[in-house]
Amino acid sequence: MSLLEIKNLTAKLADEDKQILNGLNLTVEKGQVAAIMGPNGSGKSTLSYVLAGREDYEVTDGEALLDGENILELSPDERAAKGLFLAFQYPIEIPGVGQMTFLKAAVNAQRRKNGLDDMPTPEFMKLVNGRAKELGISPDMLRRSVNVGFSGGEKKRNEILQMALLQPKLAILDETDSGLDIDALKIVADGVNAMRSPDRGFVVITHYQRLLDYIKPDVVHVLSAGRIIKTGGPDLALELEAKGYADIVGKAA
Amino acid sequence: MVMNAITPIRTPAEQALIGAFGALRDSGPASAALEGLRIDGFSRFEASGLPHRRVEDWKYTDLRALMREARPLAGAPDASVLLAAKVAVGRLPRVGGSRIVLVDGFHAPDLADGGALPEGVTVSDLAAAMAQRPEISALVTGQPATRANIAFALNNAFLTEGLLIEVAPGTELGHALDLVSITSDGAPRLVTSRIVVVVGAGASAGIVETHLGPAGVEYQKNVVMQVVVRDGATLEHGRRQIEGDQALHLATLEASVGAEAHFDSLTLTTGAAVSRSQLFVRFAGEHSNVTLRGVSMLKGRQHADTALVMEHAVPHCQSRETFKHILDGEAHGVFQGKIIVQPVAQKTDGRMMSQTIMLAEGPSMDNKPELEIFADDVACAHGCTCGELDADLMFYLKARGIPHKEAEALLVEAFAREAIEDFGGGPLAVVEELREAMLTSVTEWMRART
Repeated sequence: MSLLEIKNLTAKLADEDKQILNGLNLTVEKGQVAAIMGPNGSGKSTLSYVLAGREDYEVTDGEALLDGENILELSPDERAAKGLFLAFQYPIEIPGVGQMTFLKAAVNAQRRKNGLDDMPTPEFMKLVNGRAKELGISPDMLRRSVNVGFSGGEKKRNEILQMALLQPKLAILDETDSGLDIDALKIVADGVNAMRSPDRGFVVITHYQRLLDYIKPDVVHVLSAGRIIKTGGPDLALELEAKGYADIVGKAA
Repeated sequence: MVMNAITPIRTPAEQALIGAFGALRDSGPASAALEGLRIDGFSRFEASGLPHRRVEDWKYTDLRALMREARPLAGAPDASVLLAAKVAVGRLPRVGGSRIVLVDGFHAPDLADGGALPEGVTVSDLAAAMAQRPEISALVTGQPATRANIAFALNNAFLTEGLLIEVAPGTELGHALDLVSITSDGAPRLVTSRIVVVVGAGASAGIVETHLGPAGVEYQKNVVMQVVVRDGATLEHGRRQIEGDQALHLATLEASVGAEAHFDSLTLTTGAAVSRSQLFVRFAGEHSNVTLRGVSMLKGRQHADTALVMEHAVPHCQSRETFKHILDGEAHGVFQGKIIVQPVAQKTDGRMMSQTIMLAEGPSMDNKPELEIFADDVACAHGCTCGELDADLMFYLKARGIPHKEAEALLVEAFAREAIEDFGGGPLAVVEELREAMLTSVTEWMRART
């Protein structure tokens, strides 16, 4: 069974009529890193939000099966508990909610849904401190409110920290490279690569080939006007980088 | 024809209050000072009756409609009432150092706890002090704005003993005084309590008030605290209103703040069916600062009104007013805040903020900020927000697997924390304890919603 199977997914903004996803089909296998590339406005972020369950979007047709189960009727927290993770393009600041409080709530929510007791605090601290160190997240950042006062790069690393703690089945990285300098990009890519495993899949959404130099995709999909118009190997990304989207989008249309 | 010949129509509650005053007057002699105060209060009430929605200050809290009947005056507690109160009070963790207990508005010295009063603190009978000390009597009379208020007038009319708490000049308390005011179970009554706090020059002190009573009893409570913070003194004041769910709670805090003094007051409101917290605070000396803050968490059909008047009567003072409402069910929150800057009060710095989070479709919130500025070199601002929890924040938390209710609780705690976390800042150990107690109450309130 495929890890993720999206069939004929059609979606729009809840308060607008314009369709953004137009019968999108996509399959991601276990162990696979699937890159999704596409021009601005092609529906890349919409796809990530629709999969994560953001309420601003309305699914009008199709289904998305995670391990064979349609997740589109589930609430965002239920999807997360099933092993779906979205690394946000713009991680949000949450003043007043401490980073540790937040991470602990997330980890324990997942454990409870799996019938486990809350993680004892010392064990949790050890886990967080270890992962944070690998990602270059300072103890000071862990003491602050979630993402408050973090640089763009720190926010992205914080997303990867959360992913590392939650160990999802399927991680969607929404333009994780945007706003990153080359050093930060390497740290983030190392964090992702360390989590690659035969049981886990990744959907890496990006505009640029650059990220894919560090996170090597198994397959590259091109998204345009709300559907996948071309699928290929890693070379497809290089081709897009060289020629731009106009050519390929034009052919499909 | 003389207009005042018209006989006003009294509501049953007003008639009962008039009757109760007559009975109290006939019950025994009072000192001239107390008698004068009672008569002043009663005449003001008699002239205007209970305030209603056409009285501007009471527009959102129509006391005449909300107080359908007046309960009989609570008498001094007997031995069995004291015993029951002792058990109930014992269940309440102490927040400060020495505990002082009032039962049905009467001081219950036998229920004191937490050791002897600290050195420099004296607690005495207010009525007796009024009879002997004209300055105390003058203080109890109140400032003009307070005196004109009908809840305050009724407190005067039914005052029997009261409590005077004095902190000697220069005293530095390590812990706050833990003042517990409990209403006993049984037939509903009208409780009147009066506390006067004088913090001497250069002293620093803290007081935590907790108001509680039985659930399911429609008792009525009218409490007044009058505070004087002398020059160079600091007072941290915390207040938890956790009254029974059917109670009517009227509270008035009057404060006069001297020069280079500091007054910080934090009120947490979760109790009572109907409550009103009135604050009349006045700068009496220069280079002082006052922070007034509150968090009200209301559900069901609860109604809570915060009405504050912050008067800058002298130059060079700073005031901050931060109030937060968290509303669920069909609750009704009210915030009325007025900053007055007198002509002499140049260099005043005042900033007032009222913020509300609605957790459901049903609640309503009324905000009425007012700035009355008569000086030209001042910085004054007010702001007001009202809305649901931020959908983007909720989505972020839920996308990490945190269930809806828990995500709401995290955000509401963060919202409340803004008003609570920098409370105090003085040397008192209790400030930290009180902050924690307040935050715990916020968490428990959120957890109890299902």
